[in-house]
Amino acid sequence: MTDALQIADKTFNSRLFTGTGKFSSSKKMQEAITASESELVTVALKRVELNNKSDDILIHLNENHINILPNTSGVRTAKEAIFAAHLAREALETNWVKLEIHPDPKFLLPDPIETLKASEELVKQGFIVMPYIHADPVLCKRLEDVGVQCVMPLGAPIGSNKGMVTKDFLEIIIEQSNVPVIVDAGIGAPSHAACAMEMGADAVLVNTAIAVSQNPIAMGSAFKLAVKAGRMAYNAKLAPLKQYAQASSPLTSFLNE
Amino acid sequence: MSSFKNIFDLYDWDTLEKEIYRFSSADVQRVLSKDKITLEDFKVLISPAAKPYIEEMGQRSNMLTKKRFGNTIQMYIPMYLSNECQNICTYCGFSLLNKIKRKTLSDKEILKEVAHIKHLGYDHILLVTGEANNTVGVPYLKNAIRLIREHFSNISIEVQPLDQEEYKTLIKEGLFAVLIYQETYHKATYKTHHPKGKKSNFDYRLATPDRLGKAGIHKIGLGALYGLEDWRVDSFYTALHLKYLQKTYWKTKYSISFPRLRPHQGNVEPKVEMTDADLVQLICAYRLLDEDVELSMSTRESENFRNNIINLGITSMSAASKTNPGGYAVDPQSGEQFEISDERSTEEIKRLIQSQGYEVVWKDWDKNISESVKDEFENSRKTTI
Repeated sequence: MTDALQIADKTFNSRLFTGTGKFSSSKKMQEAITASESELVTVALKRVELNNKSDDILIHLNENHINILPNTSGVRTAKEAIFAAHLAREALETNWVKLEIHPDPKFLLPDPIETLKASEELVKQGFIVMPYIHADPVLCKRLEDVGVQCVMPLGAPIGSNKGMVTKDFLEIIIEQSNVPVIVDAGIGAPSHAACAMEMGADAVLVNTAIAVSQNPIAMGSAFKLAVKAGRMAYNAKLAPLKQYAQASSPLTSFLNE
Repeated sequence: MSSFKNIFDLYDWDTLEKEIYRFSSADVQRVLSKDKITLEDFKVLISPAAKPYIEEMGQRSNMLTKKRFGNTIQMYIPMYLSNECQNICTYCGFSLLNKIKRKTLSDKEILKEVAHIKHLGYDHILLVTGEANNTVGVPYLKNAIRLIREHFSNISIEVQPLDQEEYKTLIKEGLFAVLIYQETYHKATYKTHHPKGKKSNFDYRLATPDRLGKAGIHKIGLGALYGLEDWRVDSFYTALHLKYLQKTYWKTKYSISFPRLRPHQGNVEPKVEMTDADLVQLICAYRLLDEDVELSMSTRESENFRNNIINLGITSMSAASKTNPGGYAVDPQSGEQFEISDERSTEEIKRLIQSQGYEVVWKDWDKNISESVKDEFENSRKTTI
């Protein structure tokens, strides 16, 4: 049985999505992405020259024949996000968009209200919408209702490498969701990615931890293995956690006497 | 109405100075053992007592900067539009009484300079003028932004302080950032160095970032001009200003610059020297205080200093800058604001950055997003009417 991930019309064999920021060169980025075997890579619109076919980042991604997921990083409102999504659709010929609306440039935390507004509108306009949001179970259901193709709750503040800080809320989101749940932001180590996958996340998105590592290629590969291991463990069903030892003198054994 | 003035007035320069100079090694060690650096801790990190810990601060600054900004350095270039000025500023080449060749670029000249700059690869530009409201007021700036905006993804200005509505007008045209340095937070010293012209109004300048925040600007650049007063106290006030602004105008990004007095027409000698080691200490202290603030390094600094500062917390740099209007292509002989120090070409700086394991970032904004901001402003105006 195949364990591929389906989002809209695309099938992904890898459940590790990556980003393009913070690398020391586009070549390093390309090599790290190759090592990670990621099939979906997000690119900030503001960083690429959309009308320049020789844009350094895009050229390196195109060489890998990788799916490009434009993101709207830098926009502050739903209106700007919609505008950016249209620009991306025109220039990059994709109707996929990773919706990132963070009016706060310091912590880059997503605005739930604007994100919901933009998602609703973009879905109506035929976009495949992948919203970056807080680990808010109610917001995830609201987004599902307006027709997003997945939700991308954060594990911890973006770029913090702190791991699964929002674990309790992610568990609720995963349990309740009818669309794929991709843990985005905060994953700082392969063990964090494995943890997300063991919990039942459908995929993870990792950028800083790979790009800023001293060896991004080896780290890309390490994340690939961790995501696979975590997914395999999820499918194999983890042995249940026990809060206390099995008593040698059971309290209810008299019932069998 | 919120204003930094209310906070500024709670502090006393002399008390701060005494406090900063009294810290001990034990204080520094205590602060360096913490994860989160507060404004109080920042005082310790810029104190003389922290000087022996500069390597440790440098390592931490490097690590924090890479985590937040990655292995990247952004490039920008200044373009001086005019050196006409009605202010007397003792340290500036454009000062009213200086006998220099005055010039304000025409539309045609602006475009000629732009062509030269584009050829070098730049996509983020900083427009600079003196303060001469009749020649380079808001209509001139608006026109300049309109002229150049199709050529650059990101436009900043460093000009006289404007009113909130004037900033709004320029933001609608696509203005991204405004750099506004207080020069010094020491009120009496400020008066000495700015005896004439609109700039002599300390409080109006101090409230400029507030007006920018209220106008909804994307980025504000802060700084003090080092040499006018004790750099440690001026830097504490800058940090205090930064923290206030971040809390109050939370949708705005911030950057800090560290201009040290450079030789210029009508020389004034620095009152307080800031050594290279002092500047490194300060840059690292800012990074430890704030992981997200952009730290910018201009060509005022020497080759050797710039070669080594890339790894210590800096996030953006300029190269091959001219500080006179028309300096790139139109009129290389017009009067300059100050002499730059690092005269290497853009290509050389690019190779330097790459050789240190960083990607050179030319574009990190999209003007089309700015234009949507413009639309939004127009729509909101219609609805209020």
